[in-house]
Amino acid sequence: MIKGKSLIEVNDFSLEEIDDLLSFAGKIIDSEKNYSSLCKGNLIATLFYEPSTRTKFSFESAILRLGGQVIGFADAMTSSVSKGESLIDTIRTISCYADLMIMRHPKEGAPKLASKYSSVPIINGGDGGHQHPTQTLTDLLTIRQLKGPISNFTIGLCGDLKFGRTTHSLTKILIKYPDINFVFISPEELQIPGYIKEEIANNRYQETFSLESCIDRLDILYMTRIQKERFFSEEEYLRLKDSYILDINLMKMAKNDMIVMHPLPRVNEIAVEVDRDDRAAYFKQAKYGMYIRMALISKILGKGEN
Amino acid sequence: MINVSKLKKGIVIDHIKSGNGHKIFSQLGLDKLEDTVVLLKNIPSNKMGIKDLIKIENDIYLDLTVLGLIDSGVTINIIENGQKKEKIKLELPRKVYGILKCKNPRCISTIEDVGDIEFTLINPSTKEYQCEYCHEKTKP
Repeated sequence: MIKGKSLIEVNDFSLEEIDDLLSFAGKIIDSEKNYSSLCKGNLIATLFYEPSTRTKFSFESAILRLGGQVIGFADAMTSSVSKGESLIDTIRTISCYADLMIMRHPKEGAPKLASKYSSVPIINGGDGGHQHPTQTLTDLLTIRQLKGPISNFTIGLCGDLKFGRTTHSLTKILIKYPDINFVFISPEELQIPGYIKEEIANNRYQETFSLESCIDRLDILYMTRIQKERFFSEEEYLRLKDSYILDINLMKMAKNDMIVMHPLPRVNEIAVEVDRDDRAAYFKQAKYGMYIRMALISKILGKGEN
Repeated sequence: MINVSKLKKGIVIDHIKSGNGHKIFSQLGLDKLEDTVVLLKNIPSNKMGIKDLIKIENDIYLDLTVLGLIDSGVTINIIENGQKKEKIKLELPRKVYGILKCKNPRCISTIEDVGDIEFTLINPSTKEYQCEYCHEKTKP
């Protein structure tokens, strides 16, 4: 039961609770209209202390599609933060008004701190480069909807595997599911950290620099952006930014039923020409992001089916 | 070798790694005590080569957490009537509150007054603790 629980990191929920959420999201996808009044009468606050497009819109559309209402801010400078109010005081105040809070903050651990002082549940919408649990739930729902049960497949994670929080979080949760093989594709400078590899059985993962050499074996290819903001030197960024570009020639080498995922925004790591390929799943993934947030909000408010 | 007389009642902090004696002395605020306190540095030791040692001629409250974080190898002997009444072997505390500070500049604790941060021991051999907010590792 996740009723009344905060979601700060994906591990806050058990695998059973996650599977239950994924099933419920699947039902919403099948008959969305049946759930259009599920959260009628609920008021949800969105506290976005830093800019966001996808996360903010997907949360807000999820609330509105459930019949709920939204209050909040998209720029901390339009809130009392500009007067010097502490995060703790803001949270205490807003929890007097809303039934649930969704929060994005540039500082790591801010939603965890908020959850200590809030009288209503908090959903972490991203805290710096730290946690972004609803992205991980989005990724799991995408896999479940497009590839069936989460088991017995090979996933290639490609790009910035050192700083990319989405790939860390997704890997850590997929380890808990049966018979999943990982191929980590990255330049040497951006390899996945050792502490994540340590959690995977040796025969379940492989590391390579070459996407070309492994794409034919993949059931899922998860592309990521090389993030400019993570580099101290412009020179280093420029050297690595074009390490991987997925184009139609590479796609010709892939399985017919492989799917391409990406947390978005993309820069140039997936050529626009790939968008026309049926295997490109990243915009569907963005839509599934809204559905999993609908399921999550409903369940936390105690409105979802059991 | 300097001789210090045996305690009748008090506390002996023994097996302090050479150099840590002064840190423990100041962290425990022993300079503020009115009781007799002795800090011996670089004493020959069979087990450790050289060691530091502190004797306090009274029964005072000792913050074992602070001691454990500075030097988890120390032993504490409680002395009564000139005899060892109790020997306490320290271990690194599993959780500490309000002693460590998070060094991660991206952590919320660097801009917000979060009160006592909970740090959890994640690796006893490297003495690494993890911040409850950002999960960054730190050492005492």
